[in-house]
Amino acid sequence: MDTHAMKKVLILGSGALKIGEAGEFDYSGSQALKALREEGIYTVLINPNIATVQTSEGVADKIYFLPVSPFFVTKVIEKERPDGILLSFGGQTALNCGVSLYKDGTLEKYGVQVLGTPVQAIIDTEDRELFVERLNEIDVKTIQSEACLTIEEARRAAKRLGYPVILRAAYALGGLGSGFCDDEEQLNKLAEKAFSFSSQVLVEKSLKGWKEIEYEVVRDRYDNCITVCNMENFDPLGIHTGESIVIAPSQTLTNSEYHKLRALSIKIIRHIGIVGECNVQYAFDPNSEDYRVIEVNARLSRSSALASKATGYPLAFVAAKLAIGYGLFELKNSVTKTTSAFFEPALDYVVCKLPRWDLGKFRGVDRELGSSMKSVGEVMAIGRTFEDAIQKGLRMIGQGMHGFTENKALQVDDLDHALSAPTDKRIFFLSQALRCGYTIDRLHELTKIDRWFLEKLQHICQIDARLQALPALDALDTDLLREAKVCGFSDFQIAKALRLGEQMDMDQAVLVARDYRKRKGVLPVVKQIDTLAGEFPAQTNYLYLTYSGIANDVEYLHDKRSVVVLGSGAYRIGSSVEFDWCGVQALKTIRENGYRSVMINYNPETVSTDYDMCDRLYFDELTFERVMDILELENPHGVIVSTGGQIPNNLALKLDAQHMPILGTTAQSIDNAEDRDKFSAMLDRIGVDQPEWSALTSMDDVNRFIEKVGFPVLVRPSYVLSGAAMNVCSNQNELERFLKLAATVSKKHPVVISKFMLNTKEVEMDAVAKDGEIIAYAISEHIEFAGVHSGDATIQFPAQKLYVETVRRIKKISGQIARELKISGPFNIQYLARDNEIKVIECNLRASRSFPFVSKVLKINFIDIATRIMLGLPVEKPNKSLFDFDYVGVKASQFSFNRLQKADPVIGVDMASTGEVGCLGEDAATALLTSMLSVGLRIPKKNVLISVGDAKQKVQMLDSVKQLVSKGFTIYATRGTSHFLSEAGVPNITVYQPGEEGHPQALDLLHSKTIELVVSVPKDIVSDPAHDVCYHVRRGAIDLNVPLLTNARLAAAFINAFCTIDIDQLEIKAWDEYK
Amino acid sequence: MRKVTLRLSDGTEFHGTSFGYEAPVAGEVVFNTAMMGYPESLTDPSYAGQLMVLTFPLVGNYGVPPFTTEPNGLATFMESEKIHARAIIVSDYSVNYSHWNAVESLADWLKREQVPGITGIDTRELTKTLREHGVMMGQILFDDEPDNIPQAEYEGVNFVDQVSCKEIIRYNEGAEKKVVLVDCGVKQNILRCLIRRGVEVIRVPWNYDFNDLAFDGLFLANGPGDPDTCEAAVANIRKFLANPVVRPCMGICMGNQLLGKAAGATIYKLKYGHRSHNQPVQEVGTTRCFITSQNHGYAVDTKTLSADWEPYFINMNDGSNEGIRHKHNPWFSAQFHPEACSGPVDTEFLFDKFVQLLHK
Repeated sequence: MDTHAMKKVLILGSGALKIGEAGEFDYSGSQALKALREEGIYTVLINPNIATVQTSEGVADKIYFLPVSPFFVTKVIEKERPDGILLSFGGQTALNCGVSLYKDGTLEKYGVQVLGTPVQAIIDTEDRELFVERLNEIDVKTIQSEACLTIEEARRAAKRLGYPVILRAAYALGGLGSGFCDDEEQLNKLAEKAFSFSSQVLVEKSLKGWKEIEYEVVRDRYDNCITVCNMENFDPLGIHTGESIVIAPSQTLTNSEYHKLRALSIKIIRHIGIVGECNVQYAFDPNSEDYRVIEVNARLSRSSALASKATGYPLAFVAAKLAIGYGLFELKNSVTKTTSAFFEPALDYVVCKLPRWDLGKFRGVDRELGSSMKSVGEVMAIGRTFEDAIQKGLRMIGQGMHGFTENKALQVDDLDHALSAPTDKRIFFLSQALRCGYTIDRLHELTKIDRWFLEKLQHICQIDARLQALPALDALDTDLLREAKVCGFSDFQIAKALRLGEQMDMDQAVLVARDYRKRKGVLPVVKQIDTLAGEFPAQTNYLYLTYSGIANDVEYLHDKRSVVVLGSGAYRIGSSVEFDWCGVQALKTIRENGYRSVMINYNPETVSTDYDMCDRLYFDELTFERVMDILELENPHGVIVSTGGQIPNNLALKLDAQHMPILGTTAQSIDNAEDRDKFSAMLDRIGVDQPEWSALTSMDDVNRFIEKVGFPVLVRPSYVLSGAAMNVCSNQNELERFLKLAATVSKKHPVVISKFMLNTKEVEMDAVAKDGEIIAYAISEHIEFAGVHSGDATIQFPAQKLYVETVRRIKKISGQIARELKISGPFNIQYLARDNEIKVIECNLRASRSFPFVSKVLKINFIDIATRIMLGLPVEKPNKSLFDFDYVGVKASQFSFNRLQKADPVIGVDMASTGEVGCLGEDAATALLTSMLSVGLRIPKKNVLISVGDAKQKVQMLDSVKQLVSKGFTIYATRGTSHFLSEAGVPNITVYQPGEEGHPQALDLLHSKTIELVVSVPKDIVSDPAHDVCYHVRRGAIDLNVPLLTNARLAAAFINAFCTIDIDQLEIKAWDEYK
Repeated sequence: MRKVTLRLSDGTEFHGTSFGYEAPVAGEVVFNTAMMGYPESLTDPSYAGQLMVLTFPLVGNYGVPPFTTEPNGLATFMESEKIHARAIIVSDYSVNYSHWNAVESLADWLKREQVPGITGIDTRELTKTLREHGVMMGQILFDDEPDNIPQAEYEGVNFVDQVSCKEIIRYNEGAEKKVVLVDCGVKQNILRCLIRRGVEVIRVPWNYDFNDLAFDGLFLANGPGDPDTCEAAVANIRKFLANPVVRPCMGICMGNQLLGKAAGATIYKLKYGHRSHNQPVQEVGTTRCFITSQNHGYAVDTKTLSADWEPYFINMNDGSNEGIRHKHNPWFSAQFHPEACSGPVDTEFLFDKFVQLLHK
């Protein structure tokens, strides 16, 4: 069949962001859609991730906010009857779904052709045994591995191979259910978990300490092959590549080694028959040229997104073109526009990828890194020295570090152990060890990290020591200053090394260092990423800054036409793809209105860092220093700080102090909203209610305050996002313990305590205002009661169960606040509502996480309106009737607890979800059902386990349990709940938890897959895994892949939805069909 | 480290520090965009007379392998018996190296072979300058020796004569098929590629008239500089082509240009040449494309080929000639380096093709 004849093509997205499968697939999917649409192909996209760029208007022709599951995809195929389907742009989710539709004959039945890599090739790479067989055919070495179907087989295989071994679950996302086992006991534990994810488990000999090298390979249907990029892991084999610091191109391989592996990669993809893009991972002996192929990913991956950003070669775009039949020689290099797409990029810089972890957010989580992924995001730093790239990267990950040196010392009992058993903090322990005088040999012995990397890190420490040895700033000569800057030292690090902070405020010290540097003429230059290392002229707008250079590649016109948008940085819990969407929309509006759109961001998983999206892309830091460098070069019309989440928002005051033109709401107003003290005073002044609160100054004050309001209380510092360091304290003990921790969070801004309100609704106001007048707004309602972080809550829009009076009051108060703060641009206010009593929790004068959701449900682009306002362009208030519509959107959260070993999978005031989806429905129940199915829940058929700690919540759950019973479900309940249900006349079976005598044991029922849904609601708002017996059942559910709900109101809503809706009768509607 | 200045013939200056042999030097400044392979490139005779700029900033990371020699007289890891480039110019020399097969640092090697190396140069800006202006002569000057100014010429100099062997050398003697290899500055991996395929290689000086020797095929190797200085070789090749006994011939790089000249074509100098590992070439008239390693500053003007010849490969970036072939006889050549070293090995099949033709 001629693929050029495709008229309608279906693309599968990857759904909610989760650990192992994040924003990179928004980027690859968006690129694929662009590639197809410019060929005139009608594109249909299925992706419930409503916050993505790919699900925006004009990116695909038809968008379905539905789960990427065989059931729903089949329904869409039935309706749309596409000619072809693309499986490799939506991560493992899309690939698995596609393979299953192929295997069950659906694709054949409807005549849907799989474009690009054939499904058999995908199966060959996914099934370990087949994979090894295929590579054996061409004498390519793989890791000796044995496929096992039972634990007994796994034990035997491990004995044969010899410990240590690595265990992997077949067909699993990013190493899910895999890990290293040093002995049989560890194997038994891990094998059971792995078997819960997959029927096949692989046991392999461990090659810990070998180098890990990856190649991104492209092949067209004419058998032409290129490798676009290779990458070397800083961390040796043993740590999942998603958890490793990665450098591109490889730095420790000789020509012979590089090309040996390159030639193997090409041999492999030819033999397997890839058409498009694939990734080959190698283990490489550090003491010879011996190698093993670890795996081949026959699809776009995290690494391919990284490779695209690292080289400027648009892998996903090209892969999509190849899938519809093009040859590489028929395509152009999209950077130079004149040279061929059949080439291999030559870099004249190095990039460093660093993972971003948020392990601190999880109670009880295992911090040790291994073969399964735990990081939630990543950054990419570009430099012309390794030292520069890694130091930039360490600042970019945004965990309070200033680079490799001059950080706050970490507490560690056993530094050797901290080095040899890697955690998210290892790189900083390396810094500490170098400072303590560890030799390179000793560090290599402990970490197996190549000496070359360690020597470079030592070089950074040496420069730092030379800086520290200077008596004063004016003793710093130009040569050392330049050397430090070339090696990635920030002005902050220099100021700190020179102890300038002892004489003045640190912010002031940084400015003094900056000023001194500028006077010495040590300035960064702007270089292009042009794919050919300068060999051909390129009109590329893809830029980074470096001190290893004497001239800019860009000519600045100083025409005041630039508008700079600050991006959102690394994806993390609390800030991810939704802010990327906001940034991209802002860029679009800026461009449409004749300005030069400029983006600063460093997250390789994003669409905003696609150089097609703006007129100039600075792939660089969002630190005050770097943003100032860029603004001084650009001399822009203005800078937008309100579409990138908290990172740009926090820069507002500092940039304003340097007279940078911040567009929209003033920095002063932003501070007035961010600073709790000022904000509360303002609310008092305008007569708006808020939960009682107090700024923490002394313990006596605190006690007096609590005597007045009583427990529970919410404790938090100002300037936070996603509830970091925020906690609910139910008694004096908890309070005192927490305050000790929180007080260290920020000295500058006081810690505040507020009365925590139980059984209260939480309402969100997302809005855009102009000169203090609200132009557009959206009021949405949490399904859970207050106490669940708004980023974890399930949100329905429009609000379904609010009193008209409540809505009226919220509108009125929002208007008052907007006026008082003279808001011009996006903002979000969170409210508590009990009866008609309204209290303001917080107000952010920036776009919020829910902006894409409400914009897409309403079909009014809030960011477009906000950007127009910030540009001073006229806007019209959307017609009021638009706020009245006959459908509902529900936004549900995706949790990644399955990746976070030992973490207690409960939700609370601290955000824990890694992603979200948004689905539409004719009514709230339908929208809720599809959104819950999109985040991995399954509808149970027979058996549900209920365990509710709190008496009040037991009563709340009673109707739902009765509903289940009436639908024929068997209810299993833990002792207290069972007793309560029996008293209420609801038939149920008592189950016993670990530590309780009796039969059946809850964990046994989970192991045997008898239980299909667990509802486990903890008694306290904050549960302590050590003291909560239910922890084991919750954790068991996660580890054994049984759906789990921990919130009573959400559980009730979900149960009601699947009990009242027949999923087979669900009407399949695209976004544009909701009117 | 001593401070140095690179001064180009148009007066542009770049400042850096010395990390190699400490002596001023002059030569033609060329840039290479390969991201690895500095030991191979430095020993490639085609770099004779040139100051080699590496666009990839980090250099020296994996040190230098031992300069050992195999029983057949070829270096184990290098492309000739010594460094041929006059100097190496980089952005960020790595003082420390790490590799199991390294025995010394790049700096120590350069010092041992008396070759200057300079670092701290904005090699991207330098590359852009060379790209816009075309290759230029340049001088590396030590700032503390302002009067020590070296001079050099490149164009018109017969570098081939300087790097070619002076006497016939035979490899794999006694093998069934004998190949005469005209050594214009042959990279040793070309010899290895032929020897590995079981043929006897008779390596002759560039201007040696091989037509009287007994052999089954002719191989025209790579070499430095301007092919117009090699008329003696062209005359010998013409004689070979005119021989009624048709025998296979393959050429690489300079060999492509010499074969082109023998086929009547003229040669022109490219503005800044092709020196990289990522040059895309397409086999003319097919959908087959290859990533190739290249190092040349001159090219065959395809339009001037005589009627019996046609282009074999073409550069997909700038359309320049990448190889020629005879329409009827088993004679072909490639402008790129199928022997790689350094660079991608995708076109090594051309050696197979040549050896198969010998057996026909």
